[in-house]
Amino acid sequence: MDQLNNYLFIAAILFSLGVFGVMTRRNGIAVLMGVELILNAANLNFIAFSRFGGMNLDGHIFGLIVIVLAAAEAAVALAIVINIYNNLNTINVDEASMMKE
Amino acid sequence: MNNLQSLSYFYPELLLTMVILVAIIYDLFIDSSESGKVGWVLVFGLVLVAISIWFQDSSKVTTLFTDAIVLDPFSTFFKLLIILATIFVSIVSLHSGELENYRKGEYFSLLGIITFGLFLMVSSIDLIMVYVSIEIVSIMSFVLAGYLKKNTRSNEAALKYVVYGAFSSGIMLFGLSYIYGLTGSTNFFQIQQTFAASGPESNSAILIAVIMVLAGFGYKISAVPFHFWTPDVYEGAPTTITAYLSIAPKAGALAMMIRFFNQVLADGGAMVGMGSFSSTDIPWPSILSLLAVLTMTVGNVVAIQQNNVKRMLAYSSIAHAGYMLLAMPVMSGESVYAIMVYLVMYLFMNLGAFFVVITVKNRTNGETFDDYKGLGWEMPIVGISMTLFMVSLTGLPPTAGFIGKFYIFASLIQGGSAFYWLVIIGGINSVISLYYYLRVVKVMYFDGERKDSLLFPPRVLSGMLLVTAIPTLVLGIYWVPIAEWIQSSLVFFIQTI
Repeated sequence: MDQLNNYLFIAAILFSLGVFGVMTRRNGIAVLMGVELILNAANLNFIAFSRFGGMNLDGHIFGLIVIVLAAAEAAVALAIVINIYNNLNTINVDEASMMKE
Repeated sequence: MNNLQSLSYFYPELLLTMVILVAIIYDLFIDSSESGKVGWVLVFGLVLVAISIWFQDSSKVTTLFTDAIVLDPFSTFFKLLIILATIFVSIVSLHSGELENYRKGEYFSLLGIITFGLFLMVSSIDLIMVYVSIEIVSIMSFVLAGYLKKNTRSNEAALKYVVYGAFSSGIMLFGLSYIYGLTGSTNFFQIQQTFAASGPESNSAILIAVIMVLAGFGYKISAVPFHFWTPDVYEGAPTTITAYLSIAPKAGALAMMIRFFNQVLADGGAMVGMGSFSSTDIPWPSILSLLAVLTMTVGNVVAIQQNNVKRMLAYSSIAHAGYMLLAMPVMSGESVYAIMVYLVMYLFMNLGAFFVVITVKNRTNGETFDDYKGLGWEMPIVGISMTLFMVSLTGLPPTAGFIGKFYIFASLIQGGSAFYWLVIIGGINSVISLYYYLRVVKVMYFDGERKDSLLFPPRVLSGMLLVTAIPTLVLGIYWVPIAEWIQSSLVFFIQTI
């Protein structure tokens, strides 16, 4: 059980760092890195519960599926960032802001 | 049911996959200027899919793919609703000026894939399927929001959408991992049983996990603390996609939310027509009421200040998500019924309003209130149908919007005195919304110079305006067939064990 707690603790720290990154970074790529941290924190949770929590293999399957979907999401997100760079010459989330209330 | 047996019940989705593949391959062999033909392939395919769903016998509720998704009349209802929205949007996309200089092949293939994702979304009863289907829909929507590659506003919309979307689905995933850890299962029904058996000591953990999951749902239906992406994405994305995002993913996420809140966090009583009881001690109804009230009020109050009709409609769609959420906390059969009625009415009036925005943008190349000056006299079809949609969105009789709101408020009053305050706030909000909806009508008829020349939009666009305007009016007077159909769709899959 102690082992499980260690993993959960690390996952919680990773999650917090990810949220912090998304909220403070202005660079588009850095924001996406924060998102990846959040996804990997969740993955770590799934695997830890599955391995040390005495549960079924669903957690492992969930982890694998998340890896695939995260890759797909990153590919689309990077394509969008490259397109923004081609048009505006910046990948700064704040500068790419023409629509206001 | 095991995987092989499930395939024979999965044929509408398999047919849809075929349609998408045909659309992708067909696009390879035609010239860019003719790429609109792919849209007709998609529309024709979707009609076939709709027919196969209509004749599929879903009354014998079953789970498919070892309890990953279900086939029940409830999911069938939502699938038909989503197909209708996709067909409308595809037809209008062929005549949208914004998309004129772009190759449209991929656009229609992606719309097909979103439809497929939404099919899974409305029928999933497993946390893995919930996450996969939300991601399928989200990733395709990111691409479509940024489809106008050379338009910087569209680029910005895509960037904001992808950042907010990935962030909130990440938070949702983290919540799902805690739910899995607490219960040891990803199946809705097993989770519900474990929750019901757990003591008060696990309440705080469940609360944190479910609020994280709510971030994912809230982002998809643009409920208020998670709505920040909505105005910018709706304004920047191609208007056809804005119209689609304002109805189809919302319907899908609401279906998912109804299943999640009634089957995981309550005993599923609403599913068999009774009042249901929360399976934990946490007050879900209050949390959901708060969410609904915030969503409605913020949507309506901010919509007043907008000068761009498209952006105003974005806030209006937030407000309407609030009206639909209003019925959620009651957790009775009537409230689910009311949400389904509202969605049908909302489909016609909201798509219609966005189709007017597309028609006007083709004509004046703008979407602010100034572009609508005097249009009521110049383009009579646009003027009359827009007036009808605005009256209906406000919720005045004799239009579809009134019937939708009537059912929502009736379900709240039947829910008991604990929900009366929601009715009052809902009523106040409807009055606020009257101001900004009727402002469009005022600008169209009383501002600007009255022109004597008449102008008619292209035949297909006029046709689509009529196809959305006539139901908006007729369903406000005679809605019995729809009500009966929804009543017969209120059959859920309720247990696996």
